[in-house]
Parts: sequence; C-alpha cells; structure tokens
Amino acid sequence: MEGTFAEQLREFLTYANATFLLSGMATTLVLSVSGCVIGFLAGFGLAAVRKAGGRVPWIVRALVAVIVEAFRRVPFLVTLLIVFFAFQLAGGNVSVLVVGIVSVSLIATGYLSEIVRAGLDGVHPNQWDSAIVANFTYLQTLRYVIVPQAWRVILPPAFGFFLMFIKDSALASQIGVVELTYVGKVLNNKGYTPALAFGSILVLYFVLSYPLALLGRYLELRLAQAKHH
Amino acid sequence: MDYTLQFGQITRFLPGFFTGALISLSLAAMAFAGGLLIGLAGAALKTYGSQLARRLVGIYVVFFTNTPQLVQIFFLFFVLPDAGVLLSPYSAVLIGMTLNAGAYLTEIQRAGFLSVRAQEIEAAETIGMSRLQTIRHIVMPHIVRTLFPPLSNHYISMVLGTSMAAVFGVNELTGQAMSANAETFRAVEIYLVVGAIYIAVTLVASALLVLAGRHLLRVRMAL
Amino acid sequence: MPKLSITNLVADYASTRVLDGISLEVENGDVTSLIGPSGSGKSTLLRVIVGLLKPSSGSIRVDGRSIDYDHADDLRAMRDQCAIVFQAYNLFQNMTALQNITIGPVKIRGRNPIEVRGEAMALLEKVGLADKAGSYPDELSGGQQQRVAIARALALRPRLLLLDEVTSALDPELVTDVLDTIRMLLRDHKITMLVVSHEMGFVRDVSSRVVFMAAGRVVEVGTPAQIFANPAEPRTRDFISKVRTL
Repeated sequence: MEGTFAEQLREFLTYANATFLLSGMATTLVLSVSGCVIGFLAGFGLAAVRKAGGRVPWIVRALVAVIVEAFRRVPFLVTLLIVFFAFQLAGGNVSVLVVGIVSVSLIATGYLSEIVRAGLDGVHPNQWDSAIVANFTYLQTLRYVIVPQAWRVILPPAFGFFLMFIKDSALASQIGVVELTYVGKVLNNKGYTPALAFGSILVLYFVLSYPLALLGRYLELRLAQAKHH
Repeated sequence: MDYTLQFGQITRFLPGFFTGALISLSLAAMAFAGGLLIGLAGAALKTYGSQLARRLVGIYVVFFTNTPQLVQIFFLFFVLPDAGVLLSPYSAVLIGMTLNAGAYLTEIQRAGFLSVRAQEIEAAETIGMSRLQTIRHIVMPHIVRTLFPPLSNHYISMVLGTSMAAVFGVNELTGQAMSANAETFRAVEIYLVVGAIYIAVTLVASALLVLAGRHLLRVRMAL
Repeated sequence: MPKLSITNLVADYASTRVLDGISLEVENGDVTSLIGPSGSGKSTLLRVIVGLLKPSSGSIRVDGRSIDYDHADDLRAMRDQCAIVFQAYNLFQNMTALQNITIGPVKIRGRNPIEVRGEAMALLEKVGLADKAGSYPDELSGGQQQRVAIARALALRPRLLLLDEVTSALDPELVTDVLDTIRMLLRDHKITMLVVSHEMGFVRDVSSRVVFMAAGRVVEVGTPAQIFANPAEPRTRDFISKVRTL
C-alpha cells in the first residue's frame, strides 16, 4: 500500500478495522481471564493437595508436583501445540478458542498452584496446631484459618501472573485463535503497512496492560498498609 | 481414535532436537547478556540520571514490559526491512529479545541498587574504608548476591521464551519440532518429547544456577 | 478410675528419643504439674497426648479407653475431651478474641451460635477481657492473648485441660494476671489439669501432685510438699535447689 503515512492511516482507521481490533482485544481478555480463573481454582486445589501432607498418599502429591513443574517449564507455545494436536487426534469439532482456553488454563494452573502454595506455607505452623487440636478438619482449617491469612500473600503475585499472562496469550495466535496478535497478522497480510498493523496492536496491548499494572501496584500498596483482617 | 503413539518414528530427530536446545540456550544467553548491559545502563540512569534520562528510560521500560515479546519481534521483523534494514530471522529475534530483556533487567537491577542499605555503607565508612573500597567490598557483593536469584529466574524464562523464535523460522528447539512435524506429522509425539527436553534442559540449567549461587556466592535459592 | 493414664510412653522426634518410657496417672479433678529442666520432654508429653506428635510405643488412656493415635476417630474423640493452651497462645490471627472462642463450639461442634456467644462473653468477663471481645490478637498484649487462649480452651468444656508453659513467653509483669486467672478458674470449676510450668510458686499452690521429669523420663512423683521440701531423688534435689521458689 503506497502513499504517505497520513494517507495510510486514514485508510487504516475504518470502522471495520476498529471492530476487528476490538474483537481481538476481547478474545485476548477472554483467554487471559478464563485461563486465570480456571487456573486459580484448579491451582488452589492442587496446592491444597500438596499441603495436605500425610493426609494424602505421597504418590498423589508427587504426581501433582510433577504436573505443576511440567507446566511451568514448558514454553507456552509448545503447550498450546500439544493441546492443539491432542484435540485434533481425539477428533470432534472443538473450536480453536476452546483449545486455547484449555491450554491457557493448564499453564495457569501450574503457575498459580505454586503461588498459592507459597502463600499457604507463609502461614505460621502454630495456626495449624491450634486448629488440629480443636478438631478442625483439613478443609475447615484451610477455610476458617489459613486462607483468610494467606490470601494477602497470594494476591499480589497472582495478579502479577495475570498481567504476564495477557502478554503470553499472544502465542495463541499461532494455533489460530483470533485474538489481538492474530488480528495484527491479518491486517498485515491484508496489505496495511506493518508499522500500522503491528504498531496498532502494540498500542492496544499497552492500553490493556498498563492500567492493570498500575492497578496492581496500587493494590499491593493498599495490602501492605492494611495488614489487618 | 485410530492413532497410535509411535515414538520410534521420531528418534532420528533427537540429534536435531539437541542442537536446537543448544541454540535456544545460546540465543537466550546472548539476549540476556545484551539485556543485562542495557539494564545496567538503564538502572543507573533511572537511579542517578537527570529527570529527562529517567523519563526516557521509564518510557522504554514501561513500553517493553507492557507489550508481548512476540509482537515486539513481529514489529521488528516486518518493519525493519521496510526501513531498509535487512536482518536474518535469527537477528531480528535476537534484537527483539535483547530489547525486551533490557527493559525487565533494568527494573530488576534497579531494585538491586535500591536494596543497598545506608547502614552497610555507614558501617564501612566507620571502619575507615574509602569510597572505592566500600563499593568493591561491601556494595558490589551485596548487589550481586541480591540480584543473582531474580536474574537466574529471568534467564530460565528467557530460555523458554526462545520458543517463539520458531514462528520466524529459527531452528531452535521448537523450530526443529516444527520441521520434524512437517516431515512426519507425528505432532503429539514430537511436541511431547520436545516439551520433555525443555523440562530437562531448564531443570539442569536451574540446578547449575542454584549450585553456582550456593557455592560461589553463598546465595540460598530453591529449585 | 484415673482420668488420664499413661503407660511406658515412648516418642521420637527427628531421630532423637524425646520421651523414654513415661508412666503417669492423673486422677479425676486433680491438678498435676510437670516440672523439670528444658528439654526434659514435658511439653512434648502434652503434644503427644493431644495428638500433635505420634508416640512410637506405649499407651495413653483417657477414662480407661485406650487411644489409637493412628485412628482419626480416636483422635477426634480424644480432642473432644481435651483442650490445650500453648506457650505461644496460638490464637487465630484472622479472628477477634470473641471469634477465637466461638469458632470451635459453633463451626466444629455445631452448637447454637447465640448460646455460644453468650457463654463466650461470660468467659471473657471471667478472664477480665470483656471489653476486648472485638480486638484482634495483634492488638492485644501477650498476657491478654494468653487469657483469651484460656477462655477459648474452656469454651470447649474440656474434661482434661493441658497447660503448656502458658506464662513462659510473657513479660514478667503480665505473668501474675494469667496465673491469678487460672487460680480463679480452678476455684470455680473442677477441671482435671495437667500443667507444665516453671512458675514454682504457682505449681506449689495449685497442684495435687508434682511430677519431676528429666531427659524424657519421670524421675519422681509426689505431693508439692514432698517434692519441694523433701525430694527423694538426688536429681530432683539438684533441680529444686537451683530453682527459686516464692
């Protein structure tokens, strides 16, 4: 596409392109948020299993440890590809978006499980002692005593992970999920100058990420101040 | 499902995978080294520089840490040729990863500078150390030991990050996997093996870093 | 039938033998105190009784029933009967004083919350902390936290109360309040107690029997008068002479 930058910009800023870009942003958010929510819930479960010590057979805890490490030490892209091709083999008509969500959920589970576990470990052992002798079950102890104290330690790194995750979700474009990066590639292929195509998505990622980063810092400050209940 | 996993078919790719792993490690190492230097300059400017310098570094850091590395590399890969700069895919990835690392390592090193406590410097002065001696014997070791864990972790995540170079045709580990898949279509086996190699490689790298930290720097780290 | 009957109890922790064949009986309604040098196993014995450390061999009987420390049901039944107050108070940091006391009876035992609240406030009054019902542990002094911990234990209506060096972590001026609280509670309720303490004056005042332990073994058992004024064993004599009694 020829012409000055200003001309190209005018050609680029159409309603169609704008909605296309916004839909890409929305998909990026859907991937990130659903991945983190599912990952947090599943990760919490895994962390609770690992923390249960003798109450759970060691083989189960070892397996959980292996799974968690595995998802943290395999690149995002490779996990996406494994899940993608696994779904392909299993047959069925699953949309790429679902494949994407499954992949991001698995990865998020690995990372968030460790974050939760560190938070649970941070609660003083004597809190467990008091609960045990009062006949709290393991789950009751977690629910009434441990988690209310641990969540302050869990929240900042968990939010930090969410921020990182928004950027890593760009890799889902490689299996065909129509998120923001994919939109950039399409626009580039359509003939818009790459500076515009990729520049615009860089700007949009920034618009998505930076306010959240500021929010995260604000939350951290607030949590550090009100170290109470 | 009428597909049986046949790992046997892909054993001939293993040498290629190991080469690819080495490329991943070295690519990450070079980008890390470059990023470390950029980060050192950036951290210094942000801590001791003029207001303008601080602003500029701030913009650089904020921009590169709030956008995906993949898109940063896409930008470089497609825009630079238009501007007349012709780069191989490897170079484009290297530059992109270096710039990205520079931003993160600026922040990490800055935190390291800020972690030096005034009391340590005072204590050194009261026993008669000169400025230079204080820096050499007290401040530098402290900074190095404080920075070692986060820098190690960032390197490991960069090794995993090299995987996206495959998108641009670089033959690091993931790229090798993609080539192998194009030949045999045994995707699941290939990517599972490659995933396992990433796990093994990063475990070994982490272990070496933890050991180095423990024995050379007396820094305790967990795996 | 003795309330608590321990026979040849052996316990190990990290390849050290911490309890080396303890035999001991506590009669119903009695206050039995355990004294002895640090590391003699006194606190460990309490932790074993309440199930925080598993015994290697020997038996513990409560009301004649032997407790199988491998069985969750046995442990549960035993903890229904026993309550323990720790040296480090161990109050739940995320709950107020009142909530610390009510959570056990309400959430774990399923009692009526309104009833329990009433009882809890009465207990707080008894230990002189009614005005601190809404305070969190980090807003209370050590002595106050300990008194809340005692109220918390009593709210569970234990048949056997274990006190594990409850004043050892307190600043000296706070110790008296806690000891007075315990003395008062003993006057008003007849509870069987097993007390580990360094406060010899207190031990002499309230105990029916005193047990001197050293190196994981029971060295001597007797009345306070016997142990403090006229110890039989040389080791006991050695310890008593070194300890200032009020």
